[in-house]
Amino acid sequence: MSEAPILSVKNLKTHFDVTKGIFSKKQIVKAVDDVSFDVMPNSTFGLVGESGCGKTTLGRTIVKLYNPVAGSITYKGQDIARLKGQELKKYRKDVQMIFQDPYASLNPRMTVGEIIKEPMDIHNIYNNDQEREERVVELLRIVGLKPDHIRRYPAEFSGGQRQRIGIARALAVDPKFIVCDEPISALDVSIQAQVVNLLEQIQHDLGLSYLFIAHDLNMVKHISDTIGVMYLGHMVESGPANDIYHRPLHPYTAALLSAIPIPDPNTAKAKRRIVLEGEIPSPINPPAGCPFSTRCQKATNRCQVERPEPIQVGTRLVSCHLYEK
Amino acid sequence: MPLLEIKNMVTSFYTEQGDVQAVRGVSLHVDQGEALGIVGESGSGKSQTMYSLIGLLADNGQVKEGQFTFDGEDITPSSFASKREYEEKMRKIRGNTMGMIFQDPMTFLNPVLKIGTQLVEPIMNHNNCTRAEATARALELMNHVGIPSPEKRIEQYPFEFSGGMRQRIVIAIALANSPKLVIADEPTTALDVTIQAQVLELIDELKVQGNSAIIMITHDLGVVAKLCDRIAIMYGGKIVEIGTDKEIFYEPKHPYTTGLLGCIANPEDDEEKVLHPIPGSPPDLLNPPKGCPFVDRCEKAMLVCRDYEPAVTTFSETHQCSCWLLDERAVNYHE
Repeated sequence: MSEAPILSVKNLKTHFDVTKGIFSKKQIVKAVDDVSFDVMPNSTFGLVGESGCGKTTLGRTIVKLYNPVAGSITYKGQDIARLKGQELKKYRKDVQMIFQDPYASLNPRMTVGEIIKEPMDIHNIYNNDQEREERVVELLRIVGLKPDHIRRYPAEFSGGQRQRIGIARALAVDPKFIVCDEPISALDVSIQAQVVNLLEQIQHDLGLSYLFIAHDLNMVKHISDTIGVMYLGHMVESGPANDIYHRPLHPYTAALLSAIPIPDPNTAKAKRRIVLEGEIPSPINPPAGCPFSTRCQKATNRCQVERPEPIQVGTRLVSCHLYEK
Repeated sequence: MPLLEIKNMVTSFYTEQGDVQAVRGVSLHVDQGEALGIVGESGSGKSQTMYSLIGLLADNGQVKEGQFTFDGEDITPSSFASKREYEEKMRKIRGNTMGMIFQDPMTFLNPVLKIGTQLVEPIMNHNNCTRAEATARALELMNHVGIPSPEKRIEQYPFEFSGGMRQRIVIAIALANSPKLVIADEPTTALDVTIQAQVLELIDELKVQGNSAIIMITHDLGVVAKLCDRIAIMYGGKIVEIGTDKEIFYEPKHPYTTGLLGCIANPEDDEEKVLHPIPGSPPDLLNPPKGCPFVDRCEKAMLVCRDYEPAVTTFSETHQCSCWLLDERAVNYHE
């Protein structure tokens, strides 16, 4: 891959201070801790992990809803922490987000037209109302809604239709990169496929890149070119989607994959799961060594004290002592 | 004789806009020791079918028609002399021979009572035993569902448990009196995949070891593929197709079933599979379509589908489907 990545994340850390009271001991949640990955132009990077692993925080840090405490995010060669004024505004226009909950993410007191027009107003993209109106109608058509929906309110739409409105709003300012934060998990099965197909179609037509965050591994595998697996704020493994799925290297990836319910009775009933004991440790007091060492069957003494660095194994980056030479 | 038999259940909810016909003529049976999956999208009536059966409908809901038999007893609401008598009967059955597992353990568990109290009470209520005996049974159950150090945990409150652990408690309560039937309504939807796998394994064990029958209500085809012997597909308040797991997955007959299977990504296939979503959205049950509920979204819909409800076509002892495409009489229908 000689092409330069559109987005490059290096050693990113996003921490939250959750200290209660002023005299208490300082408590820090390390939601994202030392994560690095690249997203190539016109491709999809799928981010999977269980709740609390930091995948949403990572997505929100990329769109600058949170500020990282360390590390860098480079977009088209520019460090976004240094962006100011017009350049920052340009970044905010280029990078859009689609949210998980199509009910909470649309203002119930604005019409669909107003919702989609708002980002255009903020970024001053069109000269007059008529141009904007035309663009809104076109966007509605792209996402599969009707032009006369423009004067309706979100309450009049179903979950799948609302998610389409959210997608139209994200597209309104001609973005290059969209962070999709669990865009389908609130939707019914038959509607999920509609939205996934729509996202793929738009990517194909407009040449977008996605960061696709989800916990539904079946869909992530379907939509992504590259997958990153997160556990307790760390990226434990990343690489091409098919490689990760068929030959998981990190013990957590293997356990996670073996837990997916396969929609095929013969395979599903024959499949043996790797039993993971216990639950995810608290991110306030993460294990000293490898974050997964408390649940890993292959853990050694070294895993408990020394944190593994990401190493290149074939096409992949894995953070596990098992693969160190 | 089957453990549970539902004949022609009709349930509707009164609203100011009119009656919402949530369940429109559902018939099914469950045998001892088998797992039946009921699959459908939100609003298909899958949960309301079960709430009608166990007598936990919301106040504006009413079972209009139907006949329910469970464990050799008639539990049709209309067959009781009074509402009070019916509720008295159902209270004895629920938590005893019929256990329930709900989607959200936090709304099921009482936040201000200790886990121990919530486990011990159903045991004492349904059995003639002392508190000490019930507590011993509660500890045994907690151990069985995989809760570490139950002696300590029994003194704790629900908020001190994680989501997966809470769902284990709910399962322990459902199992408290060795039920003959366990009804699980989306028991793993709120859980992460690794925790989901643990909980599904636990439910599967019930079936294998305890010989309990299970009704699994879900929208996740992966979950039913893993757990269920037979699957019923619900749409618009009706069962459109029912069959064994293999019949439903490998020989689906109804266009909605094939549609659902086309919507899901199977990670085992590496070929770039194109998803085939079903266009449109489910019908409004305030004014359900006159004919087949799926007619507005079906690619193969004919004139007859709009006007008449399809009859049931039987393919095998276990496999039935309601679709005009499978009915020879459809050919002769002209407007």
